[in-house]
Amino acid sequence: MERDKGQGTWRTRRIERTFRELRARGEGALLGYVMVGDPTPSRCLEYARALLRGGVDLLELGIPFSDPIADGPVLQQAGARALRAGTTPEHAFEVLAALRRDPDGREIPLVVMTYYNPILAMGERTFCRRLAEGEADGLIVPDLPPEEAQPLREQAERYLLDLIFLATPETGEERLQALAEHTRGFLYVVPRYGVTGSPTEVDERRRRFIRRVRARLPAELPLAVGFGISTPAQVEAVLRAGADGAVVGSAFVERIAQGTPPEELREMAARLKAATRRASTLPKSS
Amino acid sequence: MAERRKRKLHAPASEREREEPPEKLSAWPREGRFGPFGGRYVPEILMPALKELEAAYEELRENPKFRREVREYFSDYGGRPTPLYCARRLTAWAGGARIYLKREDLLHTGAHKFNNAIGQALLAKHMGKRRLIAETGAGQHGVATAMAGAVLGLATEIYMGALDMERQRMNVYRMELLGAQVHPVETGTATLKDAINEALRDWATNVRSTHYVIGSVVGPHPYPRIVRDFQRVIGDEIKGQILRKERRLPDLVVACVGGGSNAIGTFYPFVDDEDVRLLGVEAGGSSQGNAASIVHGRVGVLHGAKTYLLQDEWGQVRETHSISAGLDYPAVGPEHALYHHVQRAEYTAVTDEQAVEAFHRLCELEGIVPALEPAHALYAAIERARELGKNGLVVVTLSGRGDKDLEVVLRHGKG
Repeated sequence: MERDKGQGTWRTRRIERTFRELRARGEGALLGYVMVGDPTPSRCLEYARALLRGGVDLLELGIPFSDPIADGPVLQQAGARALRAGTTPEHAFEVLAALRRDPDGREIPLVVMTYYNPILAMGERTFCRRLAEGEADGLIVPDLPPEEAQPLREQAERYLLDLIFLATPETGEERLQALAEHTRGFLYVVPRYGVTGSPTEVDERRRRFIRRVRARLPAELPLAVGFGISTPAQVEAVLRAGADGAVVGSAFVERIAQGTPPEELREMAARLKAATRRASTLPKSS
Repeated sequence: MAERRKRKLHAPASEREREEPPEKLSAWPREGRFGPFGGRYVPEILMPALKELEAAYEELRENPKFRREVREYFSDYGGRPTPLYCARRLTAWAGGARIYLKREDLLHTGAHKFNNAIGQALLAKHMGKRRLIAETGAGQHGVATAMAGAVLGLATEIYMGALDMERQRMNVYRMELLGAQVHPVETGTATLKDAINEALRDWATNVRSTHYVIGSVVGPHPYPRIVRDFQRVIGDEIKGQILRKERRLPDLVVACVGGGSNAIGTFYPFVDDEDVRLLGVEAGGSSQGNAASIVHGRVGVLHGAKTYLLQDEWGQVRETHSISAGLDYPAVGPEHALYHHVQRAEYTAVTDEQAVEAFHRLCELEGIVPALEPAHALYAAIERARELGKNGLVVVTLSGRGDKDLEVVLRHGKG
């Protein structure tokens, strides 16, 4: 338990705990993503619940932004749909609260992903306070590198939120170490160039990249690999290469865009989750 | 983990803010910032490329060979220096201060965008990049980049909002003639800001081979600084020319501001001359909306920089409106944000209607067809010239020519 200095309450860092428990079971983590408000605020909640029932170990909730420069077409369109439906950060706080009332969501780590400007518009402190009130666990801001993150980091720390940074194939040795020290909860590893969504072939080059990152960083820091991961085979491949988790985002969002029933999304999550168990049949290298 | 040396990526913000500000405004940026504005708010994948670009630029800007090369392209290929023209009939008609026009409209490709495009393309070539990408609004920066790509033998691809492609068909055709590939951008508002989003996404995908030629003093550090350095030739020339013609500095210097590159180029050499007033003119649009980020915006972060931004209460970037595609941008360069913040420059807005009126006056009185962007500056300059009176001296940067706007003006009707 740690003290949430903003709220004055005691809380557990759920992200850390989840990765630790999964690792003890010899299992990888499945991280799922939905965009808040896509296609509408109420439908979005049904999809989020479906992913939880399907067994995702951590859920990312996207808050839409008008100019998502790190996103490919699938998440761009999801954001546009959500904004057209009138989505604001308030809806994200409502989704958080609703998921925490849900038996499946009571203890699952919830991580909010959005761009910096919506956070700035609300004020970093207020934004973090509202997340903490909704019992969120972390925050990913793809256009906020550690160099610019100090003001948000201070507030995130105060409210016991893990501010998660990304590493990419462009990241050199020195910078990788620095990112590892700045990130909390886990390091989000992107094994290729470009934006979210377009398929990532987990070939030898990418497996080597994941292995390299794993080898250079302290074993206790969890690595989650994302961008372009959509199939159980990919999930299994990145975990076998040394990742602790795999993030599936656009693949879920694409199904939501097609109007797939929540039950099918649950089944899809369950198949991906099964892959995280298969990957662990090999003993983890240290 | 705790045992290891803590690697600092930067001085913490609190330390940065305690730092003494530079004595002179011209000393900015420091550490990638213009006072509280600017910075580098970009996805992680682009951070190494921005640092590489900064290092390469710092080295090249001192390199005599590179400087000579830029000067040669400026003069022999571009037609610099551009004239500073005393607009006598316009002055007489306005009935106030003497008005000079800095004729960037006479530059190769017809706008000041040339200065930055050729400068950055040379920089890219020295860095060993094989491919240029750029965004464009009115098409002038796209044309200038296509031209630079052609003359330097670099593959060039341009992102342009689908709506802007419709508004500026001739410029699309010009870019294609110059060998560039033009990609329509249908997302968001299908205008300049979305073209920048798409160019940033392309850059994130092809960052090793590609240089992104940003067209204005916007974007993450070091872009606002690089673009300013290539555009400052406008103000440097004005200064020399006005001293020769009038033996004194102007009372007022006026330029239009979308992202703000011709305005920074015009203002920067005067920024430490406290007696010279600086006036930036934003697009006041119409009842349909505006694109006046400083006059109507709030501080936010877009396209990698902290600056004034047209946004709603939730931080969503607002749809903008201006009759001139080149000013149709919801943010503004961080250096302008600083000039506004410390009140070194004044920023005002001129409407579509007023810009079209000034457009017609310049055509009729001086035989010059200006682009609609500087027509905004011209309108404000005429008003201020009247206030200043007969002994005043005003310089307006005529950032481009108006051939591209004839259809728009025709459709708008006689002003």
